Amino acid sequence: MKYLLTGDEAIARGAYEAGVHFASAYPGTPSTEILENLAKYEEICAEWAPNEKVALESAIGASIAGGRAMASMKHVGLNVAADPFFTFAYTGVNGGAVIISADEPGQHSAQNEQDNRNYAKSAKIPMFEPANSQECRDMVLESYKLSEEYDTPVMIRMTTRVCHGKSIVECGERKEVAIREYVKDAKKYVCVPANAKVLRRNLELKLAKLKKYSETTPFNFEEIKSDKVGVIASGPCYHYAKEVFGEDASYLKLGFTFPMPDDKIRAFCQKVEKVYIVEENDPYIEERVRYLGFNCYGKDLLPKYGEMTPDVIKQGFFGEEPAVIAYDESAVVGRPPTLCAGCPHRGFFYELGKRKNVMISGDIGCYTLGFAKPYNALDSCICMGASFSIGHGAQQVFNMTEDKKMRVVSVLGDSTFLHTGVNSLIDVIYNNSNAVSVILDNRITGMTGHQENPGTGYNAKGNEANMIDIEALVKAIGIKHIRTINPNNLKEVSDALDEFLALDEPSVIITKWPCALKKFSKEDKEEFPGAFTKKMVVNRDKCIGCKMCMKCGCPAISFDAENKKAVIDGIQCVGCGVCSQLCPKDAIEWKED
Amino acid sequence: MTKNVLLVGVGGQGTILAAKILTQGLLEAGYDVKMSEIHGMSQRGGSVSSHVRYGEKVESSTIEPGAADILVSFEKMEALRELKFLKPDGIAVVNEHEMPSMPILTGDAVYPKDAVEEIKKHVKTIVLNATQMALDLGNGKVANIVLLGTIIKAMKLENIDWESIVKKQVKPAFVDLNLKALRCGMDAVNL
Ligand SMILES: Cc1ncc(C[n+]2csc(CCOP(=O)(O)OP(=O)(O)O)c2C)c(N)n1
Ligand code: SF4
Ligand code: SF4
Ligand code: SF4
Repeated sequence: MKYLLTGDEAIARGAYEAGVHFASAYPGTPSTEILENLAKYEEICAEWAPNEKVALESAIGASIAGGRAMASMKHVGLNVAADPFFTFAYTGVNGGAVIISADEPGQHSAQNEQDNRNYAKSAKIPMFEPANSQECRDMVLESYKLSEEYDTPVMIRMTTRVCHGKSIVECGERKEVAIREYVKDAKKYVCVPANAKVLRRNLELKLAKLKKYSETTPFNFEEIKSDKVGVIASGPCYHYAKEVFGEDASYLKLGFTFPMPDDKIRAFCQKVEKVYIVEENDPYIEERVRYLGFNCYGKDLLPKYGEMTPDVIKQGFFGEEPAVIAYDESAVVGRPPTLCAGCPHRGFFYELGKRKNVMISGDIGCYTLGFAKPYNALDSCICMGASFSIGHGAQQVFNMTEDKKMRVVSVLGDSTFLHTGVNSLIDVIYNNSNAVSVILDNRITGMTGHQENPGTGYNAKGNEANMIDIEALVKAIGIKHIRTINPNNLKEVSDALDEFLALDEPSVIITKWPCALKKFSKEDKEEFPGAFTKKMVVNRDKCIGCKMCMKCGCPAISFDAENKKAVIDGIQCVGCGVCSQLCPKDAIEWKED
Repeated sequence: MTKNVLLVGVGGQGTILAAKILTQGLLEAGYDVKMSEIHGMSQRGGSVSSHVRYGEKVESSTIEPGAADILVSFEKMEALRELKFLKPDGIAVVNEHEMPSMPILTGDAVYPKDAVEEIKKHVKTIVLNATQMALDLGNGKVANIVLLGTIIKAMKLENIDWESIVKKQVKPAFVDLNLKALRCGMDAVNL
């Protein structure tokens, strides 16, 4: 049967057909939909893990026990999971194991750009690079065969356009695969140096065999049409290159890029006069081609960052600019993403942004938008779970200065706290700094599209799960000063900040209110009765046009310049009440039904 | 020849559903189809776009600057922002609906006054108020389907059985409304 699938859907479909038993992931664009789709299959035990390291480790356990396992993550997730990743190459598998890395050339929604093909090479784990959805499905099926035959985990490196691009996929049926027998084997799975040294040597033997596979697999294929121009490409770059070089050029399309097919590359380069390399991010293939002694055009002409779309290739290799309409674009105004109307982060950032002599250590989530106007309430943001530890280090140094006037407030979300933030909070309490740590608990993993997490009471399949009580966890770590507040109540926010900024000990503020886009669970309905059920309006007779209400940055409020009155969009407003607390004339009122 | 349809708008306007129905129809009509969209941040309010490409054999899933046969903008200012993606002899479809972005709401910038005039200077332009048409049909949410109708007409895809495709994609109670919206959009295009 033929379906139009995204790459993520096709990966899930391939895993289903391959008889996968267990899958674990932590959300991250553009990989999130892989696990969301795996969770739809009854036959697969599909779970959200608190972070990528845990996801990979549980997949390793599933493999050792004899099941077919998958772990999927965004590119930076593999940094978190790198520790088990490297040693998993040594132990190899029992049931087949596949790791999906979704890279982000062009940084559509990520804090950095990194080429995770380097991870496969460095960890010595074989790697596929699909170019389209059909290859996503096919390569997953092939990966499980390869994994079990060569006793190794396999990595599939995707990129944003492959993950979120849709193309036609010919699918098959699921073939159940028996769970392999578990045999205790310390020499294979206990990586003490004595065992690991042997495994290290064996790994080279495996790689030598995999090299032979690389030379013969049909996923590395040639299309010889010209003896003048030859293009070597991997992933979606193959399709981009075809748009530029057309059907008359020769191609070496690499779908299996670690270990590299050196003989195939040599043979190809000898068949053509000029070799062009098209790949995203690092000159990974190019360096191999040069190492093999061939000259080529590649990253000397193309950018080392961003996507290698056809226009970029034409510009880089041939200096061709696209023929576009020459028009006056000057009137266009930017449209940056904003916190939604009714976002529970709004009230907190409005209050926090007003504080002087405070460094605000930030983290990754919807609340990262607190950095922007009108809040200007974030000083740093590095990686997930980092705000508390960065804030702690900063506070320790600020406390060494003479006037000690700088205080630190560190913020992160519920999912981020349970990802790795909890380790950072342990650092704050253990090393005893007076940084104020804030958990913005909106009862969901918002930024990546509302996934459940260990704090929400539901699992990846939407079934009820044990719920972590964040406040109890914070208490258990040893924090003495804890306040759980409603972030939509500005006085509560301000009082909590005042009180804790005056302390000489670690403290934690938990803001608790659901994301405005969250589908309420029955527990939410009980805990937050009436939330988001009413709307607010501006009483035009009372409004004096002072624009104070606009300082909260709600996209539902605009200003009618002609009549000098604030206006609330009745469709967008969800009645959080934050704006009304800023109005000096009490002109913002509840709307009567 | 591969045809390129670019749908642009603001998060939450339903560009993704419109593109989905379009690609499903193209698939059933036997075309090779590829689609690409950028979504990640779940907050509403940012610019969004869906690229749809179809033909005998499609390579890249993205549309390059200067390559779209039709640019369908669900919001007026977005049309001006993305006009560089349109072929010089392409067609622009502009929904007259205005959605001020944050810098405009905060008074740091003003909404462009002559967006449609600027576009009309350069390309064949179809202007309609799909949002109002949808409200007149009883539901503002089907503005995306009105705009899908304009694509079908402008790209001469009327022969595909859209009725059966819409039936598969929307809830039974909304089928009639969606088909009416589709018809409205098709009628708005006279080339
Ligand atoms: C290591 C790593 N994994 C995943 C991501 C993707 N990611 C960005 S924000 C986010 C979720 C944040 O959720 P939460 O902390 O609950 O804040 P919210 O968005 O709900 O405000 C995720 C998973 C990332 N940037 N880095
Ligand atoms: S998705 Fe939720 S948490 Fe994110 S900006 Fe919107 S309301 Fe806030
Ligand atoms: S009450 Fe005010 S701040 Fe809250 S959503 Fe409505 S307009 Fe926005
Ligand atoms: S704060 Fe009150 S008085 Fe001032 S513009 Fe807003 S609604 Fe009007």
